[in-house]
Amino acid sequence: MPKQIFTSREFLLTGAIVLLLAIIATRFPAFIAPSNLANVFNDTAPLILLAIGQMIVILTRCIDLSVAANLALTGMVVSMINVAVPGLPVPIIIFVSVAFGALLGMVNGILVWKLEIPPIVVTLGTMTIFRGTIFLLSEGKWINAHEFSEPFKAFPRTELLGLPLMSWIAIAAVILFSVVMSRTTLGRAFYAAGGNPHAATYAGIDVGRTQFWAFTISGALAGLTGYLWVSRFAVAFVDLAGGFELSVVAACVIGGVAIMGGIGSVVGAMLGALFLGIISNALPVVNISPFWQLAISGSAIIIAVALNAQANREKGRIILKRAENAT
Amino acid sequence: MLMETDQKSAPTGAEPKVPVLALREVTKTFPGVTALSEVSLELFPGKVTALVGENGAGKSTVVKIMTGIYQPNGGQIEIDGSPVRFPTAQDAGDVGVTAIHQETVLFDELSVAENVFLGHAPRGRFGLIDTSAMMDHSREILDGIGASIDPRTKLKDLGIANKHLVAIARALSIDARVVIMDEPTAALSQKEIEELYELVEELKAQGKAILFISHKFDEIFRIADSYTVFRDGALVGNGAIADVTEAELVKMMVGRDVSQIFPNRERNTGDEIFSVDGYEHPTEFADISFTLRRGEILGFYGLVGAGRSEFMQALFGITRPSSGKVTIDGEDAIIRSPADAVGKGIVYVPEDRGRQGAITTLPIFQNVTLPSLDRTSKNGFLRLAEEFKLAREYTERLDLRAASLDTDVGNLSGGNQQKVVIAKWLATQPKVIILDEPTKGIDIGSKAAVHEFMAELAAQGLAVIMISSEIPEVLGMSDRVIVMREGRIATEVTGEDMTPETLVRHAAGI
Repeated sequence: MPKQIFTSREFLLTGAIVLLLAIIATRFPAFIAPSNLANVFNDTAPLILLAIGQMIVILTRCIDLSVAANLALTGMVVSMINVAVPGLPVPIIIFVSVAFGALLGMVNGILVWKLEIPPIVVTLGTMTIFRGTIFLLSEGKWINAHEFSEPFKAFPRTELLGLPLMSWIAIAAVILFSVVMSRTTLGRAFYAAGGNPHAATYAGIDVGRTQFWAFTISGALAGLTGYLWVSRFAVAFVDLAGGFELSVVAACVIGGVAIMGGIGSVVGAMLGALFLGIISNALPVVNISPFWQLAISGSAIIIAVALNAQANREKGRIILKRAENAT
Repeated sequence: MLMETDQKSAPTGAEPKVPVLALREVTKTFPGVTALSEVSLELFPGKVTALVGENGAGKSTVVKIMTGIYQPNGGQIEIDGSPVRFPTAQDAGDVGVTAIHQETVLFDELSVAENVFLGHAPRGRFGLIDTSAMMDHSREILDGIGASIDPRTKLKDLGIANKHLVAIARALSIDARVVIMDEPTAALSQKEIEELYELVEELKAQGKAILFISHKFDEIFRIADSYTVFRDGALVGNGAIADVTEAELVKMMVGRDVSQIFPNRERNTGDEIFSVDGYEHPTEFADISFTLRRGEILGFYGLVGAGRSEFMQALFGITRPSSGKVTIDGEDAIIRSPADAVGKGIVYVPEDRGRQGAITTLPIFQNVTLPSLDRTSKNGFLRLAEEFKLAREYTERLDLRAASLDTDVGNLSGGNQQKVVIAKWLATQPKVIILDEPTKGIDIGSKAAVHEFMAELAAQGLAVIMISSEIPEVLGMSDRVIVMREGRIATEVTGEDMTPETLVRHAAGI
């Protein structure tokens, strides 16, 4: 058992993050001060939230490219609600953002489940539709800081035990979904449906319905993040978080989520997101051009995928060896 | 390819002495299984050799060795008497060995001409493919075999018979010397079969050596010159077709030493627990009715493609039958999904454990409990202690040896993966268990354990349906056998009537 822990992807990734922090510390020691690390975590919270949802979707052999557009659309919707009804309490806003995001996710899920359209096509389509809808709703106009109500903007920054609520929400989501994935029948169904859809079908699991729930969860988290994003930056517009879906997929891949499905964990997705978050926060302070950031993130993705592929290949060799030994 | 061939086409007319292609004591083993042991086979120009044997006798393996897909572990391949090796399929193709498969291996989205000339298309200027030459040559070849197919048609728009003709045209286009036909008539109508026979005659006349694999005795006697019989991966007989009778061939195919011992079990069957009435499917099977009693093992025998698995999948709710009724314990059962079937106490242990059996990315215990999560969870929350208990109980009963129930199934051997799959289904406490080729591809030791276990299941009052293509297994384990042919029940036999000959006759329709 201890051996398993030390060779697990999560352990290796934690090691990689520690190494990364150590390298950064040699040039800029203040980066690893607890207060700065807390800031980095808070900055990365939206990526963590989306990566958890994406991880579940990828686990079921799908992909959700519409998360950033969902985030932007839900963000615009709750912003407009806030502008129209400034007195509406924040908990209701949060509820609306989660429900609306989930609804958008369900649209993806239904198309994948009932019409059996490939997920990459479905979410590429809904991604564009969601962005277009924002334009229709907002007529292309921005909603700016002064138009939001104070409580709406204050929520994610409110501190509790020294951390902003934004961070607490990410932590809560990691814990909640770790439990869902390892302790509920739905979580088991996600792993089974992605690990071997045929076998899962024979075991009585409806693979399509399982994928539907994965998209719903991904959508709900994207919706929640939509509110957090617009309130934190106090702005909503059509291209909000444009291209962010690729960072989300990247976080999952770096976090050890197998792109062919069946393998992945919530903690892995979080670590993958943190890895990217640290890079994007550290590069400016150590005076590396932000353009390098893209190259470094890209290299990290390829290295992660190569390592995963390597791990799987070695596993195959072991099977053959054992089969030979068994006879 | 390690050999030079200076003459491309074999002499016709002359008395053939040297085989075009010969296998000499070829052996092929896979981890845990010996697929072929020291088999020899000779193919002569202008002659048709029929290769016969049960499912799993090693016929497909031989084809794959001849066409460079598998490498033999022992023995050698000879072309015109000189040893050669085929490290890749291309090498086999280069010396003129070509195979026309059961399910033709062609490309649906490409045109007929492109399929015929794939890999050796005529080149024009700048090394680009000369499309018009390719079309013309294709048309010539197709005309030559009497096929009226437009070479520009996409392959997917052709029927199966025409696809076969394209495959044959392809064989001719590469100047094949050896043509392997793997059950070419399996999907053809009577008229198309007649046309195929004529084509075979023509290929013979052109001096091609033909290996004809078939389960149908009438066609073997009609077109073959000689025969070779395989059983359990070994050569059991060969000679001229004129010197053998149908009965002798059947005997060679199925007769075997009593090396396999099946568990002795008391055959006391109980009340009727399960019945199927008039199951139909628009394309796969029709008119399937039978009953099953507690403690009974019902064997389903038939050739590959007889519709056994397709029927069982409909029974299990994977596909929908167009009509038919199922009763369990005297009550009508409506099965619309696998979950319904499992809920009613029917389980299906599929044949292809790689694709449909175990989830290799999950640990043993999670595989075992997957269909039983209703019992090991509460309000959607898993109870791990219950899961481990259930998994331990059933893996121990199957004598599964693994370091820990936390081990990923992907790390287990084939036999142990099979045990995980069986444990998974037993843990659902089924009333009826359908085992599809339960011992296919596993070693003798594991086989015996599975047989032992099947007997135990029946003794505990479970009704067992076993699909098997191995005659000794069917006869050794079953109380009753249903033989299927072409999607229908050909016959149902019990007691004295359960002989290898009856099964083979009904399965092949002779």
